[in-house]
Amino acid sequence: MRIMIVVLLLAAPAICPPRARCQPQNPQEQTAAETKGDISAGKRIFENHCALCHGIDGGGGRGPNLRRPKLDRAADDAALRSLIQNGIAPEMPEGWFLSPEDVSNATAFVRSIGRVAPEKLPGDPTRGRAIYERSGCSTCHILAGEGSGFGPELTEIGARRGAGRLRDTLKNPASTIPEGFLLIEAVTGKGKTVRGVRVNEDTFSIQAKDDKGRLHSFRKGELKNLKKLRGETPMPAYESLLSGAELDDLIAYLAAQRGKS
Amino acid sequence: MKLLTVFLLACSTACAQVPFERIVNADQEPGNWLSYSRTLQGHRYSPLAEINTQNVSKLRVKWAYQFAEPRTEVSPIVIDGILYITGANMAAALDGKTGRELWSWKRPLPSDYRSIGFGHTNRGPAVLDDKLYVATLDGYLVALDLKSGIERWTTKVLDYKAGYSMTMAPLAIDGKVVVGVSGGEAGIRGFLDAYDAKTGKPAWRFWTIPGPGEPGHETWAGDSWKTGGGPTWVTGAYDPELKLVYWGVGNPGPDWNGDARAGDNLYTCSVVALDADTGKLRWYFQFTPHDTHDWDAAHVPILFDATINGSKRRLMGVANRNAFYYVLDRGTGEFLAGRPYAKQTWAKGLDAKGRPIPQENIDPTEKGLLLWPNANGATVWFSPSYDQQTGLVYVAVREVGSHYFKLESTYKPGTDFNGGGEVELPADDTAGFIRALKAETGEQRWEFRLHSPPWAGVLSTGGGLVFGGSNEGIFFALDARTGKPLWDFQTGGPIAANPVSFNVDGKQCVAIAADRVLYVFWL
Repeated sequence: MRIMIVVLLLAAPAICPPRARCQPQNPQEQTAAETKGDISAGKRIFENHCALCHGIDGGGGRGPNLRRPKLDRAADDAALRSLIQNGIAPEMPEGWFLSPEDVSNATAFVRSIGRVAPEKLPGDPTRGRAIYERSGCSTCHILAGEGSGFGPELTEIGARRGAGRLRDTLKNPASTIPEGFLLIEAVTGKGKTVRGVRVNEDTFSIQAKDDKGRLHSFRKGELKNLKKLRGETPMPAYESLLSGAELDDLIAYLAAQRGKS
Repeated sequence: MKLLTVFLLACSTACAQVPFERIVNADQEPGNWLSYSRTLQGHRYSPLAEINTQNVSKLRVKWAYQFAEPRTEVSPIVIDGILYITGANMAAALDGKTGRELWSWKRPLPSDYRSIGFGHTNRGPAVLDDKLYVATLDGYLVALDLKSGIERWTTKVLDYKAGYSMTMAPLAIDGKVVVGVSGGEAGIRGFLDAYDAKTGKPAWRFWTIPGPGEPGHETWAGDSWKTGGGPTWVTGAYDPELKLVYWGVGNPGPDWNGDARAGDNLYTCSVVALDADTGKLRWYFQFTPHDTHDWDAAHVPILFDATINGSKRRLMGVANRNAFYYVLDRGTGEFLAGRPYAKQTWAKGLDAKGRPIPQENIDPTEKGLLLWPNANGATVWFSPSYDQQTGLVYVAVREVGSHYFKLESTYKPGTDFNGGGEVELPADDTAGFIRALKAETGEQRWEFRLHSPPWAGVLSTGGGLVFGGSNEGIFFALDARTGKPLWDFQTGGPIAANPVSFNVDGKQCVAIAADRVLYVFWL
């Protein structure tokens, strides 16, 4: 199921085509919107009443993963508050026993785990954008509707990943492979080798996308060989390709990509 | 007067569509599916052999039926070409030829009803004589007229406001209907009830947590027994010769924090054998004393006979949520054999009496403790299957590791009472299997690997097949002797239900619910 969610996320249209909307927002305004309510009090409520299904860190279990900026059923905080209070019949019980303050606190906590708080960074996002464009990032990633969708979308990457994680990924991509991302190598019955990113899989079949964007679907039983290249990524390590200052700029640019708040 | 008695007897026989004798002798009518597991012994095996290893590749959809709500977990009852199905507070009779409704029944849920720890679901009905029995989420056992779906009687079993609920299929035994309760995450005190099948009047109640003065009460510290859990939310089995009802008891509460409930916490995480006439405890066997990982004994026990050390024994096989498979003497509860059937890191093994020998430090902690299996267990409510021809028990197995966390939990009626939580390992680090175990030892004979840990039960058939379902929506058939895949079909929705097989117009069908659709297949 998690795989399917990843696929849906990848397949979803870019969420903020008007480029102006993707510019860095006023950090104070965003912080206020994100932290209305007591996050630590909300954490206690979450652990006692929500963690059974959503996992104690909100990463999912019987219920969906909440550690993402966009929640399918809660477009804004008002919707999330209403959802926590009223539940989703028939699967999610309502929080009838929670006070309005409890609900606001739980909302603040859920939002806090879904979005990384904005950080003060040394680099310059404008220079970073030029580095992004000349370094070939868009040959694999879509950002604000532009680029190729071989790798994960980056439109909201600044809300999903902190600067430290972005730096780790740029320096050594294999060390931070996202959950569900898998490179595969399939050898067909006729001996043709296809290498690509898994887009879906079940017990009997696997679907993959190659670096030309072509989609492939295989019956596992008909393949001569299927290698799951766990820990591998086609993304180059940029530590040796960019200077320290350039890395700072690129990170600042990526960190500013927060999509809609 | 004598004539009147004879007339009444004749009428009652003629009017009774499914007398208990038919259910006991289920193997004499393999084209029907008359109780939750088809046989009272919990086998989920169909002797039908028209669909077999040679022709299963030609299996195709006969019809499909759509439920109003998602994630249907129903195991239908099938009588003479009519399917009886349930969902959350609903039931319907379906024409086996076409899937068209013959009648439907609904009981609106009160606006203040809440499910705590599970979704709105129902796993199936029971049948006896001329009535269909349905357990509702808001705590009623309802007897419906088999032909019309009109209510014959309705009996209140529990108070949902205290966190109780019902999701399981009742078990109809001779003259009684047995029902269990959910609520292990809500601080209930669990029980198992029997009601008179004709009138709905209470016959007996067995509290799964002994009260003051009763044996076993001393296994609970202080007042912890009052909110100690012990639900009975999965249908049990029945031995009509021994007249014993066998039922699994769920987890103690709060689930992940055992600090306030020192002791073994009987009869949680146990199987109990109860006298069918009185509900009195004959014996019990506790799989996981003082559980702190939510490992309910929530599974259908398999009753079978086999020769052990040269003598024929009446046995029970249980693949437990704690990742061990157990063989017990079902007359006495004596432990005969046990071994892990899935990855587990919490026990060194079992002692001579079957009590686990735990590893050091297995309780959840504030910082999280990694352990296999996770809180959903190595298997859970979805059914295993036993095939007497192969002597194998088939189990849908989940191998998921989890970081277990301990928290404080305060009891408040009708709310969660968990005492912690878990963080599962990433999906690509988990595994799912269908495993075939030798029934009298638990030794593994084969396994079939699934893409992810399953939520669907298995069915074995006289055609040498094992049917199962996957989270990715695939309904599949394996060779019962080897585990080799022979057929698969993408249903389009995650499968979290148990398959059944029956005849319509003399032709074998197989049915499975997938998300909100019930599919019926035939050749």
